[in-house]
Amino acid sequence: MESEKFSYDNRIVKMFAYATMLWALVGMLAGLWIALEMVFPRLNGGISVITFGRLRPLHTNAVIFAFVGNGIFMGVYYSLQRLCKARMFSDTLSKIHFWGWQLIIVSAALTLPFGITSGKEYAELEWPIDIAIAIIWVIFGWNMFGTIIKRRERHLYVAIWFYIATFVTVAMLHIVNSFEIPVSFLKSYSWYAGVQDALVQWWYGHNAVAFFLTTPYLGLMYYFIPKASGRPVYSYRLSIIHFWALIFLYIWAGPHHLLYTALPDWAQSLGVVFSIMLIAPSWGGMINGLLTLRGAWDKVREDATLKFMVVAVTAYGMATFEGPMLSLKNVNAISHFTDWTIAHVHVGALGWNGFLTFGILYYLIPRMFRTELYSKKLANWHFWIGTLGIVFYVVPMYWAGFMQSNMWRKFTPEGQLQYQFITTVEHIRPLYFLRSLGGFFYLIGAFIMTYNLIKTARAGSFLANEEAEAPALVKLQKPHEGEHWHRWIERRPVQLMLLSLGVVIIGGAIEIIPTFLVESNVPTIASVKPYTPLELQGRDIYIREGCYNCHSQMIRPLRHETARYGEYSKAGEFVYDHPFQWGSKRTGPDLARIGGKYPDSWHYNHMLEPTSMSEHSIMPNYPWLLDNDLDTTLTAAKIRAMIILGVPYPKGYDKQANADLKKQSLEIAAHLKKDKIETAPSREIIALIAYLQRVGKDIHTSTDTTTHK
Amino acid sequence: MKFINYLQSIAGVGIFPLISLLIFFLFFVILGIWALRVKKEHILELERIPFDGRESEQSNHPVKH
Repeated sequence: MESEKFSYDNRIVKMFAYATMLWALVGMLAGLWIALEMVFPRLNGGISVITFGRLRPLHTNAVIFAFVGNGIFMGVYYSLQRLCKARMFSDTLSKIHFWGWQLIIVSAALTLPFGITSGKEYAELEWPIDIAIAIIWVIFGWNMFGTIIKRRERHLYVAIWFYIATFVTVAMLHIVNSFEIPVSFLKSYSWYAGVQDALVQWWYGHNAVAFFLTTPYLGLMYYFIPKASGRPVYSYRLSIIHFWALIFLYIWAGPHHLLYTALPDWAQSLGVVFSIMLIAPSWGGMINGLLTLRGAWDKVREDATLKFMVVAVTAYGMATFEGPMLSLKNVNAISHFTDWTIAHVHVGALGWNGFLTFGILYYLIPRMFRTELYSKKLANWHFWIGTLGIVFYVVPMYWAGFMQSNMWRKFTPEGQLQYQFITTVEHIRPLYFLRSLGGFFYLIGAFIMTYNLIKTARAGSFLANEEAEAPALVKLQKPHEGEHWHRWIERRPVQLMLLSLGVVIIGGAIEIIPTFLVESNVPTIASVKPYTPLELQGRDIYIREGCYNCHSQMIRPLRHETARYGEYSKAGEFVYDHPFQWGSKRTGPDLARIGGKYPDSWHYNHMLEPTSMSEHSIMPNYPWLLDNDLDTTLTAAKIRAMIILGVPYPKGYDKQANADLKKQSLEIAAHLKKDKIETAPSREIIALIAYLQRVGKDIHTSTDTTTHK
Repeated sequence: MKFINYLQSIAGVGIFPLISLLIFFLFFVILGIWALRVKKEHILELERIPFDGRESEQSNHPVKH
């Protein structure tokens, strides 16, 4: 067989490597900033764009899609070429992919701080960016499949399966979850409402963890751990079962984010069952990764790459043990809405994704620059300060979560709640400080790495095109006698993709469709009425400010929650909520029954300065809401969009909406005046007060709400 | 415009969950049987793919130390 000469494209790998290093620093800095804001709430200085609710989505998006995203592409572009013994299909597509992805990140950074958000966690980007993501993602897939098809290696190594599953599932998740109806160029409403929106969102949210933060990184693990240790994977058989079991099970587990909520019980149970089963493939993968290193532990001591990878895989094991535990209803009742969740995700993000990316960077940069690492000592420093950072981050958060939850549920012997919400916040504030310290250590480590790798690159000479040769792949005339189907699929990327897609579609469909299908799943409540135009505008301010990052709107049917907040939330209450705003964290108290709880003036003063109403509050000040005028130019368009989505406003109501809006704002301004607060009725705060005073009231008073209309 | 309308119009939609459970179950039974019975040489060939031969890895699986 004649050998063909070709070259591997290292330049694109280098570009993604630099991007992942840059965005790591940006994303972690944003994280550190918002962590500090929780300790020192006045840190935002009354400036909207640097306030927690606006920047927290920026932090999560930057870390997930910018840091980890570029990390994925770096690893995939390097390993895919070598596993296929072929250069990337098209250098042009590689470049479009790279620059397109960076452009998406930049546009995220230019929209999220300004409150341009769809209000769905981890999918906050608005619709034009959503479309751009879909296009760039398809270009990535096109480039990947082009490479796979022109490969010179007959069989697809297991890492490539993980890449394929990643590509196809993320595409599906992104598209399904991003169905939204545009109101203007930068504003849209989720297609789904309430319970259904929540289910689709957490099906997406959970599987974004699965197929963006896990499967591609498992693929990278299966390539880079053998490469760095010089040993084949411990059990290839296990890796095959690992792959299929993981993608089969993961897709079902989303509802475990919604335990005890208004989601139908059967869907919750389904999520729990699959989450528990997930421990098997997850630990199979972890064990496979760690055992690959057996007999090579002497290398682990020497080699920075392997050190980082060992901790990464261990963190993966811890997070995937914890995951199924957290999905048990009795554990979830404790952990949910607390910092326990934050600890859990940071074991994954800092440990698994972060450390694996660092390990790969330490592996790739010296090789591509044909030199030794500038300083092994600095790499060791990075390793230890990073590890210390993780510990300092997660231990206080576990503590805070557990402590706060226990305080929430504590009753006095007389049957009263023992602690006010704010008391529980005071107790965990020192832990928030320790957490920022952990984040700071981790960030220092990342800076050390960046310095080390830049020095390495400067000392070496970059090999843009790495020469290689391999015999061309000859077409098999016919399959081997009695060949097994799995062997057949190992050679067929397109069929493998279709099979993976089938697997995840079945899981996704069974989970989601019945909630849409069976009417009894979302019992309607006759007294629940659509929002008035002013309330709708106020709700959009609530979304814009990212209130859902700290406040839930979901009272679980647990004694301490109904005692604290009021009647538990029902599915039928959310039928007009596009998007749902249940939230996933209670840094502040639940707001599901906030309507009518305080006078309008309380909200006014509280937004101006929360500590004036609640002394130890860590909520930031929102002075701009008191100064900004509400933009009413979109009211009609918003009503029309809602009508399209099935919200029963009367026909032609869009034309009348602004008149009603004015009327209601005058009423609220008059209320405020009674309490000696002079404000123009056109201010944003008026709309926000209107919304907050409406939340959760419909099930109590049907007459009250209709008077607004 | 509710999704429910589209889905309710599918005749016999209830059979889908059953079919999927069956696919799920059979798939893993067959996969399990295959993974147990597949030839060792084939597995060895597959797990060597990341190593393109130029690197001298201390291969020989399982590694003894």
